Amino acid sequence: MILSVEDVSLAFGGVKALSDVSFDVKEHEIRAIIGPNGAGKSSMLNVLNGVYRPQKGKIRFKEKVFSGMDPHAAAALGIARTFQNIALFKGMSVLDNIMTGRNQRMRCNFLQQAIWLGSAKREELEHRRAVEEIIDFLEIQHIRRTPVGRLPYGLQKCVELGRALAAEPRLLLLDEPMAGMNLEEKQDMCRFVLDVNDQFGTTIVLIEHDMGVVMDISNRVVVLDYGRKIADGTPEEVRKDQKVIDAYLGLAH
Amino acid sequence: MPIEVIFFIEVLAGGLLAGVMYALVALGFVLIYKASGVFNFAQGAMVFFAALTFVSLLALQWNFWLALLVTLAVMVVLGLVTERVVLRPLVNQPPITLFMATIGLTFVLEGLSQLIWGSQPHGLELGIPDVPMEWLSQRWNVNISQFDLFAAFVAGLLVAVLAVFFQKTRIGRALRAVADDHQAALAVGIPLQHIWAIVWAVAGFVALVAGLMWGVRNGVQYALTFVALKALPVLLIGGFESIPGAILGGLIIGATEKLAEVYVGPMFGGGIESWFAYVVALLFLLVRPEGLFGEKHIDRV
Repeated sequence: MILSVEDVSLAFGGVKALSDVSFDVKEHEIRAIIGPNGAGKSSMLNVLNGVYRPQKGKIRFKEKVFSGMDPHAAAALGIARTFQNIALFKGMSVLDNIMTGRNQRMRCNFLQQAIWLGSAKREELEHRRAVEEIIDFLEIQHIRRTPVGRLPYGLQKCVELGRALAAEPRLLLLDEPMAGMNLEEKQDMCRFVLDVNDQFGTTIVLIEHDMGVVMDISNRVVVLDYGRKIADGTPEEVRKDQKVIDAYLGLAH
Repeated sequence: MPIEVIFFIEVLAGGLLAGVMYALVALGFVLIYKASGVFNFAQGAMVFFAALTFVSLLALQWNFWLALLVTLAVMVVLGLVTERVVLRPLVNQPPITLFMATIGLTFVLEGLSQLIWGSQPHGLELGIPDVPMEWLSQRWNVNISQFDLFAAFVAGLLVAVLAVFFQKTRIGRALRAVADDHQAALAVGIPLQHIWAIVWAVAGFVALVAGLMWGVRNGVQYALTFVALKALPVLLIGGFESIPGAILGGLIIGATEKLAEVYVGPMFGGGIESWFAYVVALLFLLVRPEGLFGEKHIDRV
């Protein structure tokens, strides 16, 4: 188990976003979180990387127990993520955006960088090489100098994935990586996700609305509805589950 | 050379060199704006505070370099304290709130500096005389101040160092990332507070350099805080986010206002130097509102 979530509850005032949700993620697994709109999927991801702090429950990551993360600490532990509404640095180039993903791994201090000598320069080049590999992997060489704000939506999603990968994360959280993409872009993104999982051994937790995609690429699926877990299992098990069918199609009264 | 040409060159050079001094102040604004999206109204007060602290230490018979070092330390600490006390509680507030906070900071700094050091104007000497370069005046008969050239050199050096720092280093990139999107910066593990602390410390350092140069030129007195107002048109022309823009904007403002004063001024009875810069800035706003080097923001609908 690389990650387990134990009885996590999160409320905003009187609104309960998550109630007593527990699930676990195995090393090297692709784990999907699905559910109707407002089920608490994004809230769950936000708890995992520390944007929200749950009122109750624990998160166990790599044998350490946390009652809540903060984004900086989560990044340091090797948790990287992408956002539902892309959170890139729009004025910066693709290259610079991906380089920020390496931030955690660079060691030179303020003074060394201020004089920009020897070690700082060497470090910069070394990380630049790693970033170029990611750019090759995602097949976005042709846009490396373009400011991100000028790119079409699908490519921005790609760059955001690149930035997350640059951190060489143990756990990668993807919030609707294929939302708003056309068929071809979706296929590319699926391939990237599978390749990342396969080549780098990265554990992936993703939220996705496209059921075809979820069923195809994920090993196990958690289903949330109104902040509660209603099903958990392999795609086949979840697909047949009566509660899941009711949640998606509505219950006949 | 005919006397008119020499006169023109002198006016132009004087203007350009004065422009570099404006750029020095504008640089402080750009730094903080880039990293936190805040227009730091207190930059002028910081310039004043730095210069006053330095001359007051000199007046206490301190060694020149010791005084410089201590003032630098004071400015860095001031930057760090500002981040901790004023800005940290205001994370994720709208820019206007942060802007108001810096206006408050202006009054605190102005009051504090005069409370500690008194409101007496001081002169300042850096050992570089404000006299024409000899060989220039002998050879070409052109009078350009030694000190002006020195100030321009210092400013140029400072800008070059900062530009490399912002473009090429991890912290520079982190600074730009934070300026672009706080949330996203946090998510990739950039420690926001750390970055802001660095920026304010560097802005304190830039304020010290600007304070020294302007202190020699105009004397160290309360009016030094108004130098910051001259940085506004510089920023409007150069763009709020660009270090090279600050320099070019400074040069344009410096040159045009001096030339206008000499060649256009007499038609208005003189004294147009003090407001001509703002007219130039206004024209720029009409034609190119994001400034020469500003980032053009494209909003998707």
